[in-house]
Amino acid sequence: MAVISRGFHGRRPEPGRTLPPGQYETRDFPVLSAGPTPRVDRDRWQFTITTETGARHAWSWPDLMALPSESPTVDLHCVTKWSKFGTTWGGVSLDTLLADVETEAGYALVDSYGGYTTNLPLADLRGGRAWIAHTYDGADLAPEHGGPARLLVPHLYLWKSAKWVRGIRLLTRDEPGFWESAGYHSYGDPWREQRYQGD
Amino acid sequence: MHDTDRAATGTAPPQDAPGGATDFLDGNALAGVLAELFAVDVTTATSRCAHCGSSGHLAALRVYGRAPGLVARCPHCSEVVLRLVRTPQDMWLDMRGCTALAVPMAPA
Ligand SMILES: [Zn+2]
Repeated sequence: MAVISRGFHGRRPEPGRTLPPGQYETRDFPVLSAGPTPRVDRDRWQFTITTETGARHAWSWPDLMALPSESPTVDLHCVTKWSKFGTTWGGVSLDTLLADVETEAGYALVDSYGGYTTNLPLADLRGGRAWIAHTYDGADLAPEHGGPARLLVPHLYLWKSAKWVRGIRLLTRDEPGFWESAGYHSYGDPWREQRYQGD
Repeated sequence: MHDTDRAATGTAPPQDAPGGATDFLDGNALAGVLAELFAVDVTTATSRCAHCGSSGHLAALRVYGRAPGLVARCPHCSEVVLRLVRTPQDMWLDMRGCTALAVPMAPA
């Protein structure tokens, strides 16, 4: 069953087959990368959520695997203009990971093994719209697609779905990430074509 | 900030081995887009990496272009030296990874 975020109702009469403005469909899965592909061993992998007060919540790979896994089927929209329909993932909902995290923060800064960062409102990580994905199309997530695990937040442009995710810092003020500090839009809603700052 | 954190947690991942599959181009790939910006060819300019302090020609940087912009990384430490994003209205040049740029000029 397709996972459709609430904001899409009314704009997507045929979920899974409507392109956001300026996008074209691709059937393959292009690999974009701003640097060398990090190779992260699962036995050294760790994912952390750090709150605005410095409280730190950490999960090892076995910790992550022990949490309930979901299988969202979602459409991907890359700011370089390709979209891919009906991709199937396995992962842990951020709602699950954030359940015991006490925070007043409004923003999140995601960071990755390899140094990549991206920012988004914390609200966009909640409500069944974001996952720490560890499988793609029924198999372990390959390193070139962000394995061992990546953030998956498909209602925003794909640069927000940080590959090789390592942690999320919860912040009271928005802090621009890797692309957001170099001309890209702070929020990145593909349906409003928020590609660049000022869009 | 990330470097400190990485050093503290010891989780720096091994990078692609030099000489392995090349998913990057050399710094001459910057020439076209920088020519729109600078009146001189800056690929022969010398840049100093803000992360490890090593200096070299821009042409020696490793440029990752299969991305929303051009990312030029230091060949010594692989950290980001330059980022270039061409939006419909602007050219964004992020140089926080570059402490100095020496551009060859005709004698004044
Ligand atoms: Zn360096």
